[in-house]
Amino acid sequence: MSAQLAAKDFASSQEVRWCPGCGDYAVLKSVTRALADVGAVPEKTVFVSGIGCAARFPYYVETYGFHTIHGRAPAIATGLKLANPELDVWVVTGDGDGLSIGGNHLMHALRRNVGFKILLFNNEVYGLTKGQYSPTSRLGTRTPSSPNGSFDSPIVPGAFAIGAGAKFIARAIDVDKDGLGSVLAAAHGFEGAAFVEIFQNCIVYNDGVYNSFTDRDKEADAQLQVKHGEPLTFGADKSKGLAFDAQSMTLKVVDARANPGAVLVHDETNRTLAGLLLALAPPEFPVALGVILRQPGQSFEKAFYANQPTNLVRKGRVADALRQTSTWTVPAR
Amino acid sequence: MGSQSVVVRFAGDSGDGVQLMGTQFVAATALAGNDFATFPDYPAEIRAPAGTTFGVSAYQIHLGARPITTAGDAPQVLVAFNPAALKVNLPLVASGALIVLNVDSFTSRGLAKAGYQTDPRKSGALDGYQVVEVDMTQATLDATKEFELSKSDAGRCKNFWALGLVQWMFNHDISQIQDWIAKKFAKDAKIRDANLAALRAGHAYGETAELAAAVPHVKAIEAQFPPGEYRGVRGAEALSLGLAAAGELADRKIMFCSYPITPASTLLHTLSRYGHLGVGTFQAEDEIAAVCAAIGASYGGAIGVTSSSGPGIALKTEAIGLAINTELPVVIIDSQRGGPSTGLPTKTEQSDLYQAVYGRNADAPIPVIAAATPSDCFEVAIEAVRIALRHMTPVMLLTDGYLANAAEPWLIPDVDKIPKIETNAPKPREAGQEIGSVIFNRDPESLGRPWVVPGTPGLMYRVGGLEKDLRTGNISYDAQNHQAMTNLRAAKVAAVAKFIPPQDVEHGPEQGRIAVVGWGSTFGAIYQAVRAIPERERVSHIHIRYLSPLPSNLGDLLRGFDKVLVPEMNMGQLASLLRDKLGIETVQLNKVTGQPFLIAEIVEKIREMLAPAAVRGPRKAVRGDRA
Repeated sequence: MSAQLAAKDFASSQEVRWCPGCGDYAVLKSVTRALADVGAVPEKTVFVSGIGCAARFPYYVETYGFHTIHGRAPAIATGLKLANPELDVWVVTGDGDGLSIGGNHLMHALRRNVGFKILLFNNEVYGLTKGQYSPTSRLGTRTPSSPNGSFDSPIVPGAFAIGAGAKFIARAIDVDKDGLGSVLAAAHGFEGAAFVEIFQNCIVYNDGVYNSFTDRDKEADAQLQVKHGEPLTFGADKSKGLAFDAQSMTLKVVDARANPGAVLVHDETNRTLAGLLLALAPPEFPVALGVILRQPGQSFEKAFYANQPTNLVRKGRVADALRQTSTWTVPAR
Repeated sequence: MGSQSVVVRFAGDSGDGVQLMGTQFVAATALAGNDFATFPDYPAEIRAPAGTTFGVSAYQIHLGARPITTAGDAPQVLVAFNPAALKVNLPLVASGALIVLNVDSFTSRGLAKAGYQTDPRKSGALDGYQVVEVDMTQATLDATKEFELSKSDAGRCKNFWALGLVQWMFNHDISQIQDWIAKKFAKDAKIRDANLAALRAGHAYGETAELAAAVPHVKAIEAQFPPGEYRGVRGAEALSLGLAAAGELADRKIMFCSYPITPASTLLHTLSRYGHLGVGTFQAEDEIAAVCAAIGASYGGAIGVTSSSGPGIALKTEAIGLAINTELPVVIIDSQRGGPSTGLPTKTEQSDLYQAVYGRNADAPIPVIAAATPSDCFEVAIEAVRIALRHMTPVMLLTDGYLANAAEPWLIPDVDKIPKIETNAPKPREAGQEIGSVIFNRDPESLGRPWVVPGTPGLMYRVGGLEKDLRTGNISYDAQNHQAMTNLRAAKVAAVAKFIPPQDVEHGPEQGRIAVVGWGSTFGAIYQAVRAIPERERVSHIHIRYLSPLPSNLGDLLRGFDKVLVPEMNMGQLASLLRDKLGIETVQLNKVTGQPFLIAEIVEKIREMLAPAAVRGPRKAVRGDRA
């Protein structure tokens, strides 16, 4: 057991059944590699998922796995963590599972800071039910259920998470091995709820939805990899930077070389900055990636046990509890 | 019944402290050696406008010699704090009853709020009752004057004044209540002393001659209890203690996951103080999260329990299907209330039997059991956990609003004598054996699978809501396998019948003219009703605890009677179940008024059935009168 496990040791024998070319394959690879890198113990690791394409994930990882019902994975994982806080739990969800039918559970898992990782595969479409628009689909998305284009405003997952009180928010692109790998490692090391949004391409129903910032020729200008303590710069040669515009109380793009002093330095403990970064969207702004927010704090399960005088260890006897009230004795006649 | 027991009812505004008064009266009743049963009857509003009929809260106690099994039919003593309380409760009380009225609220305004056109004390509405008029507010103000409280604070002591009076009426010692007041109000000496003074003043008031004459028949009646140590217990307390005991007997944590709902919340409140007994409570964000967290906890090796009332159980339904499919043990407690929808949140009903037995998508059976009395909740809780762990299945435990809040004396059980609850351990994995065939190697008798929890080395398995292979647990869409799995799920629940005791007859012969069959909290009323019928009529009482599967001898037992009468607080759900599962036709007696059955209602129905054919009208009436 002490032998160092490799990524392949975390791949189960099950045949993977996603569509050829699906972004999920790349995520699966990064996750198994991350498990090996962080030294995860297979029998202490559990993947919990809801319903959707991404929810097949647990079958493909050689750990414990629970493929539950639509939207409820965070609730089931919460019960699991309460029963056994020692487990290393990963919740796998999607934009429909996590933000539509299961939005409530996601919100409460985040605000409670339950100690599991939440990987939200965002492909801005319902894949398993064959291509309807999702709560993250952009306005005007044409699908079988929105033939004239969708007309309900999409939710920004990171903004939802910060609004819910999340203490760890990160983002990565499915095929970005390094970016996703480092985000997963950071999530694994976080004590509370670690929310990771993964921009995942659905090759069948929403192909190329993220091309505006993932295409090779655009990524330098359209992606901002944030790092704690480093300036928020991007673009070829890091020539652009983000500065705070006091007038509008928002961020603005400045020439990083001309105004190095104006460029903000990333502080992952600053919720205000995180909120501003999460709201950035192309084409005016780059998409912020990496660990955007990390505020260490006590996990829910730790607080849950600490709240109990005996840490939930059975110290009393029911025989005594039965007598914790006024009693009377009827003598034998 | 008359001399053997007395029914007392307190009624007032939600804010009058009526429930508190009732519980203190019960404690004194128990110490006086009486048997008792209680029925708190309160409105859905927390503080409805004062003096209105919809804000009336009541607490009924039936006390006397054993066995007391219901909160009683018609109260012989009514203490009414205002005209609205009188108006709502007068139709319930027995003729000739003693009615104690707090007259200071019988002003023209108070009468109008209650909807009285004329003062009932002058209109003849109270003719035939013994009415005692007391200005309780003034008497309380006088008694507490020395403490210089505000008028409203002083007035709030009047429930203790009234309690003192009633304690005197029943010859109860007030020292225990004095101790309780001293403890409860320890933080505020003035309020404490004022309450004590009010209590004593009420008690002293009873000494006056005018009252003594009014209550000649209400003397303490000693009950015949088997020897042992007793306590009073409400259903919710007994259920909580039963769950804690089940955790102890199985040596597992109990993880109670719930979302507040009336009348089930008492369980959450009680269990949240049982951390030292290995009980964790999680207040979830909604009903679905509550059942899901319970399932997650069971998956992780704790005993997951969730609890709600009918509307909440409906929300949990999909997740219960997941627990069935993944073969995980979960206990689901349904404290039934009047419905559908929000219905009558604070009123009792037994109308979730269909939901419990049939209420899921697909062929999705689960065991269903029901508690009969407040103290029975203890045993039923242990039994539910035992079934869940033995068969690895969700189990539905039915209780109701009446049971949850009603109290009775209880011979404290000896936990050490209750058999331990076994959990299914996996058999060692043989070389080359697929993990799934270890996980799903079911016990041939119970069909329960081993309970393998994450953290166990070498047995990492995947499970979920998709249909799985009978043997390996891998996902399977195979047609024959789905048939086999569906058969397995049915056989597993049917297998519970092999482990439960055969159905017995609570009272009366094994064969006869009428079997009165009940389940749940109607136990007490049926128990008394059947005993009120002469033995020669050969009427028996059969109480069903195990509703799904039914005990295997139940069909034969019922066929030994000419007729089967099923009194239920619903429109005939057990009657349908008996027809469905056993092919037995029954006579129904249904009541959904939000109030428990009166003994008299059941007695009347039995007599009607015993009477010769209806064509002989006059004779029927004669027999009815005689019996």
